[in-house]
Amino acid sequence: MISINIEKKLKAYHGQQVLHIDKQFATGSITKIYGPSGSGKTTFLKVIAGLISPEKGVIKADRETWFNAEVKINLSTQKRNIGFVFQQYALFPNMTVRQHLEYATADENWIERLLSLGKLESLQTHKPDYLSGGQQQRLAILRALATKPRLLLMDEPFSALDTKMKTELIAALKGLLKELNITTIIVSHSPQELDGWADDEMVFE
Amino acid sequence: MDLSPIWLTLKLAGITTALLFIVGVPFAWWLSRGRSFFKIIVEAIITMPLVLPPSVLGFYLLLAFSPQRGLGKWLHDNFDVQLVFSFPGLVLASVIYSMPFMIGPVKSALQQLPAALAEASYTLGKSRWQTFKSVLLPNIKPSLLTAVVLSFAHTLGEFGVVLMIGGNIPGVTRVASIAVYDAVEKMDYASANNYSLILFSITFVMVIAVFVFNKYQAKSPLG
Repeated sequence: MISINIEKKLKAYHGQQVLHIDKQFATGSITKIYGPSGSGKTTFLKVIAGLISPEKGVIKADRETWFNAEVKINLSTQKRNIGFVFQQYALFPNMTVRQHLEYATADENWIERLLSLGKLESLQTHKPDYLSGGQQQRLAILRALATKPRLLLMDEPFSALDTKMKTELIAALKGLLKELNITTIIVSHSPQELDGWADDEMVFE
Repeated sequence: MDLSPIWLTLKLAGITTALLFIVGVPFAWWLSRGRSFFKIIVEAIITMPLVLPPSVLGFYLLLAFSPQRGLGKWLHDNFDVQLVFSFPGLVLASVIYSMPFMIGPVKSALQQLPAALAEASYTLGKSRWQTFKSVLLPNIKPSLLTAVVLSFAHTLGEFGVVLMIGGNIPGVTRVASIAVYDAVEKMDYASANNYSLILFSITFVMVIAVFVFNKYQAKSPLG
């Protein structure tokens, strides 16, 4: 169970607004988040990851406290065991597809399985510059899964995929997330693409 | 023709550049992360050799290195090291003199990398050092090369600071730029031309090599 109750100031065009979230995410659940641009969806994911600190509140993962403003606990991103799929992918230009996964894990069998899941076996020696947008996005998802995280945060993870690839990938991911019991939070501009998959949803205003 | 000034110059530039790489790259990383008044002051001090007349820098270094006072006295009394009119003194002065040429390009390149690259590495459990070594540094290779070559070439060409700190001791502090000046003073234009031509050729080839390498390497980190 991931339990979040935070307040974070957001800079907006017309002054400041406050993002206030009070929400529990059951272990192994999949939650989709949608809402207009600038409503704080990405900021929320980064707050959970520990990449941004909120002004107030508490974040807990089961019995472990990740953040508590009052007693000044702020567990580093490295120790939270999360996977993060960035909206702009944030792939490493100096690494090949396989090196991306090897940077995250030493488990060769797991790497093979991930490459097969993302249909990137034949491209494993390619660097991001030589991949299409869809292939880059799949690599970003595989890299986030490589550490077998307890919590997977995905920011627009399917935006560059064609319908066929998206359907296949979602089906494959569904089984994998269930098998590893990974709690997942997905920000999406097209919430209907996750219909029948997500257990819960949050709407940002 | 006495080639020792050329060898001494290359040795000085090589050691200076190696030291600057070891010290300057982590320093540039520190400067690239966040902004504070303290960092602005530190950066301004590092940048001073770019705008100060080399003779002014040399004068203050001469005072600082003097065995009669301060750092120079301490080094002389405790370690029997003399910085004035010695090769180690030239190296230290050159490191200070060429520091902005190493730190400037590396700091700018690190600042231009998307923050998400380091963040992605942190989410994989990697420390700041691992991220710096495996993700940030390999993605600023063209700027690293530029910084190394500029530092090397700048040290090859230094004159004012060397003259103030090192003087003109053959085999110890008599670098090529001093040898050129010395030859001209003695109306030995043939030697001055030989030294000048060698320095010109070395720096020209290095600058061309950087341009050629960066043409093929410089790419946006986001592809």
